[in-house]
Amino acid sequence: MNKTFISDSRGYYGQYGGAFIPEMLRENVESLRQVYYNIIGSEEFITEFKMLLGDYAGRPSPLFHARRLSEKYGAKIYLKREDLNHTGSHKINNTIGQILLAKKMGKTRIIAETGAGQHGVATATVCALMGLECVVYMGELDMARQEPNVKRMEMLGATVVPATCGNKTLKDATNEALRDWICNPEDTFYIIGSVVGPHPYPDLVSKFQSVISEELLTQLSAKEGTEDPDYIIACVGGGSNAAGIFYKYIDRKNVKLIGVEAAGKGVDTGETAATISVGEPGIIHGSKTLLMQNDDGQITEPYSISAGLDYPGVGPLHAWLADTGRCTYLNVTDKEALIAAYELTRLEGIIPALESAHAIAVLGKLELKPADIVVINISGRGDKDMQTYINAKGSLI
Amino acid sequence: MNRINRLFRQKEKNILSIYFTAGYPGLNDTMEIITCLDKAGVDMIEIGMPFSDPVADGPVIQGSSEKALKNGMTLSLLFNQLKEVRKRTDIPLLLMGYFNPIFKYGVEKVLETCNKTGIDGTIIPDLPVEEYTDQYEKLFTANGIINTFLITPQSSETRIRYLDSISKGFLYVVSTSATTGIKKSFESSHLEYFSKLNEMGLRSPRLTGFGISGKGTFDQACLYSEGAIIGSAFVRVLEDKGSLHENIRKFINTFR
Ligand SMILES: Cc1ncc(COP(=O)(O)O)c(C=O)c1O
Repeated sequence: MNKTFISDSRGYYGQYGGAFIPEMLRENVESLRQVYYNIIGSEEFITEFKMLLGDYAGRPSPLFHARRLSEKYGAKIYLKREDLNHTGSHKINNTIGQILLAKKMGKTRIIAETGAGQHGVATATVCALMGLECVVYMGELDMARQEPNVKRMEMLGATVVPATCGNKTLKDATNEALRDWICNPEDTFYIIGSVVGPHPYPDLVSKFQSVISEELLTQLSAKEGTEDPDYIIACVGGGSNAAGIFYKYIDRKNVKLIGVEAAGKGVDTGETAATISVGEPGIIHGSKTLLMQNDDGQITEPYSISAGLDYPGVGPLHAWLADTGRCTYLNVTDKEALIAAYELTRLEGIIPALESAHAIAVLGKLELKPADIVVINISGRGDKDMQTYINAKGSLI
Repeated sequence: MNRINRLFRQKEKNILSIYFTAGYPGLNDTMEIITCLDKAGVDMIEIGMPFSDPVADGPVIQGSSEKALKNGMTLSLLFNQLKEVRKRTDIPLLLMGYFNPIFKYGVEKVLETCNKTGIDGTIIPDLPVEEYTDQYEKLFTANGIINTFLITPQSSETRIRYLDSISKGFLYVVSTSATTGIKKSFESSHLEYFSKLNEMGLRSPRLTGFGISGKGTFDQACLYSEGAIIGSAFVRVLEDKGSLHENIRKFINTFR
């Protein structure tokens, strides 16, 4: 049986989680927690959430048997097509849920952080839908490498504010969003884009994303006569698409769950974002979790070619799943991800997001048997990454 | 008696507490800044431990923290610099900073070192009160270190009364809904909140901080609390040309 909430009432997954926030944010986070617990099970909320996921986001996302990819890797490989959702990634599942919470709380201004820009676009989209003001913080470097998404957010009516500290990436954007929230506690709702941040965010984001595994249960059952694949594979930045596709399977121990982090140039090079490999327990963005830090407890700058995975922390749920051994976390370099993106494109006619390409690249590292059923979460599509793919082509093919 | 408690016993009005970031402007300026502040007659000093991701801070303290870390400041180096501090001054000293470097160093080890060094208290904005009471209060008490709680314009009356009841030193009144920084003056809504607090009959003394920029805001804050804390405005002075000693003396004198 799946429990209603995986974390305890204080937001802990084992030793990880909690709400390490300054007192300035306490009333906000506390009232969010109360509203969330009150409405998450309510008929009214569930009906509206499901309606929007279906009629607006286009769910359920298909489960596709990738025949040529299967042939190449000698197993039966299915792709969960989150790339086909409205706005092009799994991020919309979460923003629909959170915008309904924001409306319930009477908030009029929405803020968000974004790395790849997919969460920013998904947030700007639901804000347009609901007629709410939207401000998105994005690292200056990410604004350059994911420019199409900046333009989309602006067309949707959002204000995109560059974060100019640190490496100018996702961590820095999240710092700015938290500062904005401290300065605007009354009218502003912070839509966090992954299973990170203070309790209840990791819990509510994974809950909203759990629709992915809920669908998978019935889809796989229809195609294979079993709800349980042998492997489920997903990339892990903060870990929301992975949390979503793992969620209903966490207690089904026969299903191997594999999270794939970005190794960047390699886990031993110092230019990496593979937090579970190189991180240690600490506190980042309101949560006790694994994070990349130096001996003095200063957070170190991550690196990955993929803006969505370029983050020095990871959701507390994943830190816990790694500690307990329930999930296995592997990592994939920039180059391996680029090769995998081209491979999926040429074999199946699907251009994946750079983030999702990391999940595909792990296929070659598993010892698969012909009878194995493997499900890979294709968390997003690659339109935003075309420039990177074009630039890389010469060196790959 | 802890020096923080002693201060509030001896002085009930116009307490001036100064924050600076250790390792800024120069890596080894810590002791000189403390000595100068002491000589200039401030009542209490908050020694900032720089952090890579200071989410509760505005641009000035973000800048000083970044520079301090570039200069090579670490928590162990700071403790080293402070080894002899009690031979030089008897002023109340607090460490202020984010929880992760403390957690990494080891909370117990930090508190024991504070005790040995003669540090009197801490301000750790992102260590929630509940974590403190559940996990760490005993360690603080055993080492005689007073942890400081923040109250904000959003804090409910119940919350304020609770924090007042568990406070062992003073309550840090965050003046406005903002990160640290500099404000020219307080608006009427801020003053309403100050005066509401003043009328609650709390048992703990209060110092007002965030946004205090000069004598005007300092005096306003002092009308409603035992004193005030100046951070960003002081850190900015440290950038000025001329000797640290002269700059600090001049700045502190403007509050007289
Ligand atoms: C397509 C896509 N996949 C994955 C991620 C990583 O986030 P998470 O680990 O929360 O799924 C992102 C983040 O921007 C993304 O855009």
